[in-house]
Amino acid sequence: MSGVTVFGLCAAAAVGLGLYGLITNPQPLRKIIAFNLLGSGVFLLFGVVGRRGAAAGMGNDPVPQALVITGVVVAFSATALAIALLLRLFQTSASGARSGRASPGDDPDQAGG
Amino acid sequence: MSIETVFEIVLVAVVLTLGVWTIVVPETFSATVGFVAYGLLVALIWVRLDAADVALTEAAIGGGLGGVLLLGAAARLRDADMMADARPGKLLRAGAAALSVLTAAVLAGVVLLLPDPAPTLAPAAVANAWATGLSNPVTNVLMAFRAMDTMLEKVVLLLAIIGVWSLAPDSAWGGRPGPRHQADPRGVLAFLARLLPPVGIVIGIYILWTGSDHPGGAFQGGAILASMWLLAIMAGLADTPLVSHRSVRFILVAGPGLFLLVGLAGLLFGAAFLSYPPALAKPLILGIEIAMTLTIAATLGLLLAGAPERSTEP
Repeated sequence: MSGVTVFGLCAAAAVGLGLYGLITNPQPLRKIIAFNLLGSGVFLLFGVVGRRGAAAGMGNDPVPQALVITGVVVAFSATALAIALLLRLFQTSASGARSGRASPGDDPDQAGG
Repeated sequence: MSIETVFEIVLVAVVLTLGVWTIVVPETFSATVGFVAYGLLVALIWVRLDAADVALTEAAIGGGLGGVLLLGAAARLRDADMMADARPGKLLRAGAAALSVLTAAVLAGVVLLLPDPAPTLAPAAVANAWATGLSNPVTNVLMAFRAMDTMLEKVVLLLAIIGVWSLAPDSAWGGRPGPRHQADPRGVLAFLARLLPPVGIVIGIYILWTGSDHPGGAFQGGAILASMWLLAIMAGLADTPLVSHRSVRFILVAGPGLFLLVGLAGLLFGAAFLSYPPALAKPLILGIEIAMTLTIAATLGLLLAGAPERSTEP
């Protein structure tokens, strides 16, 4: 069994692990982490397919590589958005439990561009 | 069995152990740490797959910045661990396990049954490299052959930052993201935040510049610049900018904006949207990459900083 196949099986296992964590973990942050694990497995699968397409003096097909780079950045931005949503949800539910609105004395609007 | 294969099997075993740890460990913080280690080791797998560009991106963004993001969230959500919902029942867990094993088995089968003369676009990418004058095929694909993907990805980054900002409470709209960090000015963090950025900024710019011929490029360079900025912010040496500030918004739009302008110019004067005239291809691509690096660094940094929380300077 070649190294590429080992990595392919590793990627398949990472997808399965991520899926399991995504379904069974009750905490939202853990779901986000599990989803990232799943995503990294998918990227690795893509990398394995690209590695098999090595040709013309390149060790790995450049098209899947470029798509994975784009994918990693998009996955990061989606994770950042999900975490911002989560923190805000936590903030509102915590302050809602205490009693209502925070600091009404703050400047209402900075009126920027 | 060669020494490389042994190394690869050990690497895969460690990566999968970390993956299992990330899923099953009870404490969220430990799971986060496990995931950061996992991300860094996956970068090693990318090196073994002969994809150095992806390995750099994965280490910088997947392991580095993603780790900071998740660790920061885990630290702020520590009290939330208690108020989590109950674990799902046995039936659901068994069903999820069955579904996951089935998915993994199907994917493993697909990996084992991939067609043997594997389809590849590598010869096409190498044969057309003359059209841009860059010799890193991955940068060629990102910036020329599949430039549309890269441009739209910049738009996705922009949408993500708009989404994050829109979560600001009304009182903090247009203000500074995240808490004001304080650190001992004579401590290690403040020392490193003074020592590392000059080196890191040079490395970031070098990785951008060398990306045209060697592994590297705008994403990787931008991620390194963003991490230097964040280091200074976390050490309390710099503050996050007001998100309503015009220069911040200009930098955020600069990358996709210039990309779009060049694309439209290709439509007007050239063959198609985003087509570069071969004589001007390299300077145009480098120009877009420089604007993109600034945009990526600012966007990644601001995404990590989160929604605006402070409307005025304390």
